[in-house]
Amino acid sequence: MLSYLVQRLAGALLVILGVVSIVFLLVHLIPGDPVEVMLGESASTADRAALRASLGLDQPLAAQFLDYLGRLLHFDLGTSIHQRRAVSELLLERLPATGLLTAASLAVTLLLALPLGILAAVRKDTSWDTGAMGFSMLGASIPNFWLGPLLILVFSLWLGWFPVSGREGAASVVLPALTLGTGLTAVLSRMVRSSMLEVLGEDYIRTARAKGLPGHRIILRHALRNALLPVITLLGLQLGALLAGAVITETVFSWPGIGLLTIEAIQSRDYPLVQACVLMISLVYVAVNLFTDLAYARIDPRIRLGGGR
Amino acid sequence: MRFWLPAGILAAWLVMALAAQFLPLTPNAIELPQILASPSATSWLGHDDLGRQIADRLLIGACTSLLVSVWVVGLSLLVGTLFGTSTAYHGGWWDKLAVQLVDIFLAFPGILLAIALAGLLGPGIDNVVIALTTVGWVGYARLSRAQVLSLKHREHVQAAEALGSSRWCIMRRHLLPLMAAPLIVEATFGVAAVVIAEAGLSFLGLGVQPPQASWGAMIRDGSRYMLVAPHMVLAPGVAIFAVVLSINLLGDRLRDKLDTKMTAKTGTPS
Repeated sequence: MLSYLVQRLAGALLVILGVVSIVFLLVHLIPGDPVEVMLGESASTADRAALRASLGLDQPLAAQFLDYLGRLLHFDLGTSIHQRRAVSELLLERLPATGLLTAASLAVTLLLALPLGILAAVRKDTSWDTGAMGFSMLGASIPNFWLGPLLILVFSLWLGWFPVSGREGAASVVLPALTLGTGLTAVLSRMVRSSMLEVLGEDYIRTARAKGLPGHRIILRHALRNALLPVITLLGLQLGALLAGAVITETVFSWPGIGLLTIEAIQSRDYPLVQACVLMISLVYVAVNLFTDLAYARIDPRIRLGGGR
Repeated sequence: MRFWLPAGILAAWLVMALAAQFLPLTPNAIELPQILASPSATSWLGHDDLGRQIADRLLIGACTSLLVSVWVVGLSLLVGTLFGTSTAYHGGWWDKLAVQLVDIFLAFPGILLAIALAGLLGPGIDNVVIALTTVGWVGYARLSRAQVLSLKHREHVQAAEALGSSRWCIMRRHLLPLMAAPLIVEATFGVAAVVIAEAGLSFLGLGVQPPQASWGAMIRDGSRYMLVAPHMVLAPGVAIFAVVLSINLLGDRLRDKLDTKMTAKTGTPS
């Protein structure tokens, strides 16, 4: 386990270094002079020189990169050009909203995907199965930025059950969470179905049936627990899709999280803030994947003994 | 029915996109008396917030999404397959470096890197293609690498090597034909993903330039007038949904038919 842990951590560090490098290089991809783009044409020469110096853009690339790494190690993400505040402060302010939205979407996903997948597997080839998988296909094909407005139209404008947008009270999280959770539900319910079907063919299920255990007990205790392993891995991998989807969903609902902050930063050409948002979301994703892998290795000895990938 | 309906929808998408080049459309003509007008006999899908014909803009939008998805999937497939095939066949430190690079790109969740790139490069179709290809090639690289690793020790490849065939010839004649099926399936789902991604970028205001029509930008405009003119959001949304659903349905059938084990789709690390 220890050697697997060390190997996996070293790999993650390399990936993190690569992600930091790409995020650092993003600002250098802007066509033209980034300082001019950020300040606009009306800025004075002195202002430009000051911004250039404060961003370190007058230094050679290698020196800029080392400086960037050094500041990251001290959790110094720079200063927002537009809001004139520390970027880390802005991120911390928005973090709880995104955390709440992600957690609520995960809850929606699990509440929908597990019953759908189990139902489809247990009643394979019946209309239940076709219906559940058809629903999952619909969910996989509907884009967040259309489902969101549709839900607002029906549940906020026509029925008036939930607020249209923003974050006011507990009810306001329902529609964004449904919007964000639908895509993941679609992927996950298919995975639950195929994983359950595999497990239901095993000998120990037949044994349990032969013992005369009640059906629900076989499905929940014997089949589901074994079927959940691949589902958990997929959940970890798909959390990234959830985080990236949060950018669009938060924009639809004006949900004050990191995703909306990213779009606001792009629109106001606040590049240090854009860099920090992208870095933050990506690093959370890397960390989640790392923990999923480690948890999986802890549960399933075949992975750590096989030397990983 | 299960084949012809999605196939028909996709055919309609192609015809719409191609016909948009030739029909006398007026997607940017502003008719002030018609602002937010509901669908009627003379304009099937009504007018938007500037009084422009939604039906005309829908056709131009079909063209935009087709153009972007053909370019992005084509380029990603080319770059990814060449990269994955050559590194896996070559092996050694070059392959190790390639795996590391692919891992780094995969560490950016979903469309996030494309959003950042499109935001920094500025709006425009070419920048959308660049941003989505930068994110898209990785999947094909990983898939083709895994395929080559399992194929390169086959007997027919060894025979070709013994005969002194060049590396390029082995890749083209002996490896690529056997890798085609999973790559085609992956590319099919890739088209659906790019249609959503392009519309998503345009929805965020990072896609095509404003007068140019895109389904995503139409939804974005429409979401501000939902109570008075829901038809503005419905028409482009139904279009995206129908196209993506059809591609996914046909992709599933294609996968069953070609019977490839899609490791990339379920996200298992290669």
